[in-house]
Amino acid sequence: MSGPSTYVPETGFTRWLDQRLPILRFSHDTMLTFPTPRNLNFWYAFGAILTFCLGVQIVTGIVLAMHFDPSATVGAVPGSSAAFDSVESIMRDVNYGWLLRYVHANGASMFFLAVYVHMFRGLYYGSYKAPREILWILGVIIYLLMVMTAFMGYVLPWGQMSFWAATVITNLFSSLDQVTGGLKVGSHIATWLWGDFAVGGPTLNRFFSLHYLLPFIIAAVVGLHIWALHVPGNNNPLGIDVKGPQDTVPFHPYYTAKDAFYVGLFAILFAVLVFFAPDFVGNPDNYIPANPLVTPADIVPEWYLLPFYAMLRSIPQKLIGVLVLGGAIVTLAFIPWLDTSKVRSNRFRPLMKQFFWLFVLDCLVLGYCGSQGVDAAVVGIPLVWVARLGTAYYYGFFWVLMPLIGLIETPRPLPDSIAKSVLGAAHAPAE
Amino acid sequence: MATTTTAEPTRRDFLYIATGSVAAVGAAAALWPLIDQMNPSSAVLALASIEIDLTPIQVGQSVTFKFRGHPLFVRRRSPAEIATAKAVPVSELIDPIARNLNLPDDAPATDANRETHPEWLVVSGVCTHLGCTPTAYEGDFGGWLCHCHGSQYDVAGRVRKGPAPQNLEIPVYSFLSPTRVKVG
Ligand code: FES
Repeated sequence: MSGPSTYVPETGFTRWLDQRLPILRFSHDTMLTFPTPRNLNFWYAFGAILTFCLGVQIVTGIVLAMHFDPSATVGAVPGSSAAFDSVESIMRDVNYGWLLRYVHANGASMFFLAVYVHMFRGLYYGSYKAPREILWILGVIIYLLMVMTAFMGYVLPWGQMSFWAATVITNLFSSLDQVTGGLKVGSHIATWLWGDFAVGGPTLNRFFSLHYLLPFIIAAVVGLHIWALHVPGNNNPLGIDVKGPQDTVPFHPYYTAKDAFYVGLFAILFAVLVFFAPDFVGNPDNYIPANPLVTPADIVPEWYLLPFYAMLRSIPQKLIGVLVLGGAIVTLAFIPWLDTSKVRSNRFRPLMKQFFWLFVLDCLVLGYCGSQGVDAAVVGIPLVWVARLGTAYYYGFFWVLMPLIGLIETPRPLPDSIAKSVLGAAHAPAE
Repeated sequence: MATTTTAEPTRRDFLYIATGSVAAVGAAAALWPLIDQMNPSSAVLALASIEIDLTPIQVGQSVTFKFRGHPLFVRRRSPAEIATAKAVPVSELIDPIARNLNLPDDAPATDANRETHPEWLVVSGVCTHLGCTPTAYEGDFGGWLCHCHGSQYDVAGRVRKGPAPQNLEIPVYSFLSPTRVKVG
């Protein structure tokens, strides 16, 4: 990948293999000797943590699929369904089923927690800037696939939240009717997604099929993401380029060890959630079997989609609401070109740094608005107005502030090199 | 291959384009079954109509039935509710179209165009925003409030507060007798 390979096959077999399928050479160069900036901090461990999360979801998912019945036909008691019953049976009867399901369900939350940290990290250190635009866009694609996968997974237990989340999200497409006139393109898409006139048995079946497929597509895009990472190499907290070997250390053992340590810490947090508060992030209404005639009083998505939900709800016009929701994610793909600054890292961008933290706060506030009822107010201020303001800042941050601040801001002076900055000018190895 | 650049298309160019077109049509034909299989199956399309006995429904009551997988509201309106509904000018409505499948597509959303018999409102229970089921007797217009994103409907099922863009749809229905209605 970068630089000539330093791999030397040592045995007769590895020499033989290296001339036929240089897979050991590839692994050696990408996972062991790969030159990595020596100043990566804690926030750079989230790539490894996310790989860990994907692995956990795939492994637990494969075994859960051995016990899950993706059918909406009537279950053991009136009102329930085969799918709902099979999830309950996983929880009660299958050996360690409760553990596997709680790990899988909470694993989704941990996955999103990690991906958000990873994304904010990239945003803060300017990891999307040239030459890492494709790397960033692949990340946005992975995030989008994660959202789709999580949504379809949420539908599978076929509880009240599952059913109504599926209804509301698939109906987002029906907003297209407003621009396609008599053709009703949007409604046709919704019907096509459902395989019925409403969310029903066929919907559950196909969501299960796709929920099983998508993680493998995510894994493939993760492969591209890592490939794209290995061409320019890692960005780093200083946001300056690697100038030579004195700025890097081999990936192994330095970052394998560091990453493993943080994956361990993350796993502890994960375990705390699974063993002490397994239903903390879930919604109790999803333990009520799906009922197509009654919508729960408060339908809310899982926490990781609340900011987008707040945006949707704050717009009183259907089509515009849906466009604002979708645009919020699409916007992320344009960041590499919206940021006009020459400096990557916010460490040297005094003005941008403040707006960055305001943006983090904005996402949290939007999330809070999304979690509250439609008519909720805090100290007399209707939350719908807070959400409107939050939405405006979300868009304004990317489309107005980012291009503008890059032009008007005077960045602080950048250090000469990573080595000098880390070791102090006196101790840095000669360049 | 000899590379003589002629402005004139050759027989070979024609063969390339013809072969390519056949392959494209073939690929599209193979793709269509993969797409269309997701549309409702014949079993789903063969859904029957339902008949509803109106006798147990009290004045002022709204009852939910299941029709083609969706909720359906049948509401017995009180004289006061009918009067309020009739008093609303169409110009005040968000959606001025009746959305009544028994009437022409452009019928205005007067209360008279929303029912066959003023006392009985037969209306789909699918919020025209994103498909939640609105709750009866709530909201500021005496009809329904959708908890999902706050749309409100009046006693004629007409949307009065967004984000829902349209009035609740009135399905095809007819009275078999004064106390029996057939929907679908
Ligand atoms: S679905 Fe009824 S307001 Fe959104």
